[in-house]
Amino acid sequence: MRLYWHELKGELLLYTRSRELAFFTFLLPMIFFVLLGSTYGDDTVDGVKGSHFLQAGMIGYGAISIAFAGLAIVLVIRRESGILKRLRATPLPAPAYIGAVLCAFLTAFAVEVVGLLLIGRLLFGIPVPDRLGSLALALLLGAVAFCGLGIGVTALIKSAEGASAVVNAIYLPASFIAGAFFAPEHFPQFLRAIADVLPLTYFLRLIRNVMLHDQAIWTQGTNVAVITAWGLAGVIVALRYFRWEPSEG
Amino acid sequence: MSAIAVRGLRKSYGALEAVSGIEFEVQRGEVFGLLGPNGAGKTTTVEILEGYRKRDAGEVEVLGTDPQRAGGDWREQIGVVLQSSAMYETLTPAEMLRLFAGYYRRPRPVDEVIELVGLAEKRDDRVRRLSGGQRRRLDLGLALIGDPELIFLDEPTTGFDPAARRRAWETIRGLRGLGKTILLTTHYLDEAEQLADRVAVLAHGQIVASGTPAELTGSIPDTEIRYRENGREVVLETAEPTRVLNELTGRALAEGRELDGLLVRRPSLEEVYLSLTDESPE
Repeated sequence: MRLYWHELKGELLLYTRSRELAFFTFLLPMIFFVLLGSTYGDDTVDGVKGSHFLQAGMIGYGAISIAFAGLAIVLVIRRESGILKRLRATPLPAPAYIGAVLCAFLTAFAVEVVGLLLIGRLLFGIPVPDRLGSLALALLLGAVAFCGLGIGVTALIKSAEGASAVVNAIYLPASFIAGAFFAPEHFPQFLRAIADVLPLTYFLRLIRNVMLHDQAIWTQGTNVAVITAWGLAGVIVALRYFRWEPSEG
Repeated sequence: MSAIAVRGLRKSYGALEAVSGIEFEVQRGEVFGLLGPNGAGKTTTVEILEGYRKRDAGEVEVLGTDPQRAGGDWREQIGVVLQSSAMYETLTPAEMLRLFAGYYRRPRPVDEVIELVGLAEKRDDRVRRLSGGQRRRLDLGLALIGDPELIFLDEPTTGFDPAARRRAWETIRGLRGLGKTILLTTHYLDEAEQLADRVAVLAHGQIVASGTPAELTGSIPDTEIRYRENGREVVLETAEPTRVLNELTGRALAEGRELDGLLVRRPSLEEVYLSLTDESPE
């Protein structure tokens, strides 16, 4: 436990030192919120005010950016540079290490959500949602599931150089298709068919139902089930294929 | 009890047998050199001892424990320098050492380690601004921070300039002075000759020779005496260098002439090594 706290402090320091993480996974969702919110914030989207719709979308986009993309890229870079291998030679236990890394990324996401709620409140006059307990549970579920997928996807990536390319090719289109930026009902049929299998689609539905329609999380069985299933799939791949050592050659 | 005991160790990757049944022991407090060309099986052997790889056959004990089944208590007592210097580029050397110090129950003080590896001036610079040699020294510092009994150094000076190598050698001698056991792999002969108490020469996955550096060079008995006479190089090989040299210089003195370019030398470890690993010099 002492090792876990020690490593968590180190991970938080590492997170704040990384400009790439700070910009692409942390600031970008807030920047998009401000930019797109100024464009269609006052329109009606999907039966609600545009800025309200977008705020929930950016929370989902923040979750996939930080917990999936950021985590996967950081882990691949550490694996390929040999840092993970070097850590295996120290007494730091693997569960303490992985736990601390996940917790650092979840903390970053929590700060992100607070930032997005503050921007919404100050710039677009969005009230703080009523169902805070359900929202917190939904966010935790989604973020943990994306962490599972983030660790799982590291198995598909062979090099540090490929990490950003592969991860961006997955999460940027996924964010768009799932409807983080724009309402998906105007999308062509084939995109909506893809959206129907993406975990982010269900995560966005879940948090929009909680935030915008005051639904409690226990009424959201389907969404919760699909997100959980995806998260478990990521964890199973991770348990089977996660490597501490760099790829050969 | 020895620090490392290896018997009948074998390891294959597919059809390639990287290590084909080797045996050696390393005593506590000893610097042991594993010497061999690239691809001889040095790194495979060391990584089995460090607990990274599973062996196919044989017995291995490191500090009385099988590394394949070792846990945190065992890792408290070993320090590892891998071939590649893996670092957090955005931290400073002091921050990295502090982070790693926290992994151990009884770490050495961070400032002491910084001093020991000669990074005092760079302690608060970002790791990404360090030179190759400075990174390697930080690497060594990270291996020492837990105050280990046994230190593995896998090619610790590859890519160093001569001055940096001498400094690294001084540091490693200092560790020996602290009573640490060191297993060193290298393909530099002078490094093994300078640092190791005993050496095992590894070629094609087998130990082809072992002993002290003096014993290895001693296994080729003849001393070589060279000088120039009438513009021609004369080479004498002898098992009695004192007598031959005395006669030679006595005659030259009596005749009042100089032995141009006089050179007396023992075959270097390099020549022994090349004859053992059948690699001819470039």
